[in-house]
Amino acid sequence: METLLQQIVNGLVVGSVYSLVALGYTMVYGILGLINFAHGDVMMIGALVALQAILFAQKMWPSLGPLALVGIGLVVSIPTCMLLGYVVERTAYRRLRNAPRLAPLITAIGVSFLLQTLAMIIWGRGYHSFPQLISTVPMQPIEGVFVTPVQITTLLVSAGLMAALLLVVNKTPLGRAMRATAENHRVASLMGVDANKIIAITFIIGSALAAIAGVMVASNYGIAHYTMGFLPGLKAFTAAVLGGIGNIGGAMLGGIVLGLVESIGAGYIETWSFGFLNSSYQDIFAFIILGAVLIFRPTGLLGERVADRA
Amino acid sequence: MKKSLIALALLGFGVAHAQEQVVKIGQVSPLTGGQSHLGKDNENGARLALEEYNAKGLTIGGKKVKFEIMSEDDQADPKTATTVAQRLVDAGVKGVVGHLNSGTSIPASRLYHQAGLVQISPSATNPTLTNQGYPGVFRVMANDIHQGKVLGEFAVAKLGKKVAIIDDRTAYGQGLADQVDKAVKASGGTVTNREFTTDKAVDFKAQLTKIKAQNPDVIMYGGMDTQAGPMLKQIKELGITAKFLAGDGGCSSEMFKLAGDAIGANAYCSNPGVPLANMPGGKTFNERFKKRFNADIQVYAPYAYDAASAIVEAMKAANSVEPAKYLPALKKVSFDGVTGKVSFDDKGDIKGGAITLYQATGGKWEPMK
Repeated sequence: METLLQQIVNGLVVGSVYSLVALGYTMVYGILGLINFAHGDVMMIGALVALQAILFAQKMWPSLGPLALVGIGLVVSIPTCMLLGYVVERTAYRRLRNAPRLAPLITAIGVSFLLQTLAMIIWGRGYHSFPQLISTVPMQPIEGVFVTPVQITTLLVSAGLMAALLLVVNKTPLGRAMRATAENHRVASLMGVDANKIIAITFIIGSALAAIAGVMVASNYGIAHYTMGFLPGLKAFTAAVLGGIGNIGGAMLGGIVLGLVESIGAGYIETWSFGFLNSSYQDIFAFIILGAVLIFRPTGLLGERVADRA
Repeated sequence: MKKSLIALALLGFGVAHAQEQVVKIGQVSPLTGGQSHLGKDNENGARLALEEYNAKGLTIGGKKVKFEIMSEDDQADPKTATTVAQRLVDAGVKGVVGHLNSGTSIPASRLYHQAGLVQISPSATNPTLTNQGYPGVFRVMANDIHQGKVLGEFAVAKLGKKVAIIDDRTAYGQGLADQVDKAVKASGGTVTNREFTTDKAVDFKAQLTKIKAQNPDVIMYGGMDTQAGPMLKQIKELGITAKFLAGDGGCSSEMFKLAGDAIGANAYCSNPGVPLANMPGGKTFNERFKKRFNADIQVYAPYAYDAASAIVEAMKAANSVEPAKYLPALKKVSFDGVTGKVSFDDKGDIKGGAITLYQATGGKWEPMK
């Protein structure tokens, strides 16, 4: 029983990491219909910039508390990523606004490589230990089930951001302009919406989300490295598709479901298949679920039928 | 007057150039991706050896020889490994130092064999590599049959009889884990779990939770530091008290950054060969390496250095840079490298490869008595 509970906790924690990254993916997709493969790498840049800021702050003001340091990390890395997101959108994607949809997709993969290589040149090939400012000392809310404060924080942060995003998109004038642009950016322009500006803002918000995700992922695993964005990026993309890409609540749900399926799958697949399969089939389990969902609900768990996008 | 001077200078330059022969030596390791710190370490080791030979100025076959390193990135991926191997073959390299991983060295060795090239791996320890019957394949590190046996026996004798094993399903990780499995059972211990992950994973909590339910004394990981470090952290986060044991892939200095405060006297690793401080040329090598690259040695740099040296020594002995000519000399080569005496058995494995066990103490790996 303890083991099952622990696996559920593990799944929730991994799932919340996936959700956090998936939110940015899904928002950009929802507005633009572009799968921004560079999202994971913006997250990586966010983590490394925050690391740099935290190390600098630790040196300058050694008396600062851990929360202030996390704050400084975020305050520096969020604007940096926003700027990066804007620059990427302006230089790489805007020119391709009316190109066939494969072109921006390939460009996104190119941007991803570019950011990785840049980070490799700036921060080197080695691993950087990310100061674990939020405690990683395990607590036992239930006897035998371990969870750390940083993991709880990750879960709360991703739930909080999801709520904030939903509010922005559904309740504000900016959100209305975003939804109009998503539906048809030419018609939105006729109605007085500056579509280019709205798309730029979408990227800026998406990149800010990536920066926060980067800091949370790096604090959770205690490591920052120039390739750290790749795998979470891929998993988050899967999570976004599972939940219904373009749907903000779906990204959260998809992430949690994917995390749970992976961890329960790895924990019990051997018993359930009478030793025929083992934990190296962890990912297969996740993709079987994804396949099944997409067969029966092609738009994902929470996806509505999307109006025909370009 | 001026023109003729230039012409003369050009002529002189041309003559000097014709006498100098450029010999390309290939080096392959993952230079991007999660294991790139180890890959760069290998490249640096091989580069240092070739630069030092260049500084000495060698004459082979009547011509002055200048060695050039051609370093390729295999991303620790078996498919990419064969692509870059073909690139080296096409570029006409005279010998290859590499690859770093067993999973990449084995598929690439076939291409080098077909091209009649010599390949010396500094760090691929899976026994299969030298068991394929390719005469041009060598390695300067003891293989995993030996290492797995030492690890398994050590675990049962010193750490506890119940051993859980995780591996990353690469040729190296799986091979080493299988040998440890055998050795644990042979020395009277039990293997409580065989769990698996990949060489790109970052989260192992599902596997570790499953292991925890069996309450083992030792968790052994077959794979690289990239996974071993975070795994140690998660072991601590899950409140597992078992000791941790890894092979050479987890025996790097990077482990201490990767595992943070979760690594201490609870962690052990093994490495073929003797500790750098005990290597005959270890101390000066460390100084030269630091001076040239301004970086710490990770694990395999001394081995890459010796692998490159072995190729050059054989070329010197055979007085030829052609693989077909110097291969017989390489089979008989015997010289004092950084890691110890370098000479090969019939299969191409290093003779008398030792295995040393290390314990994590005070932020570094201390060899155990």
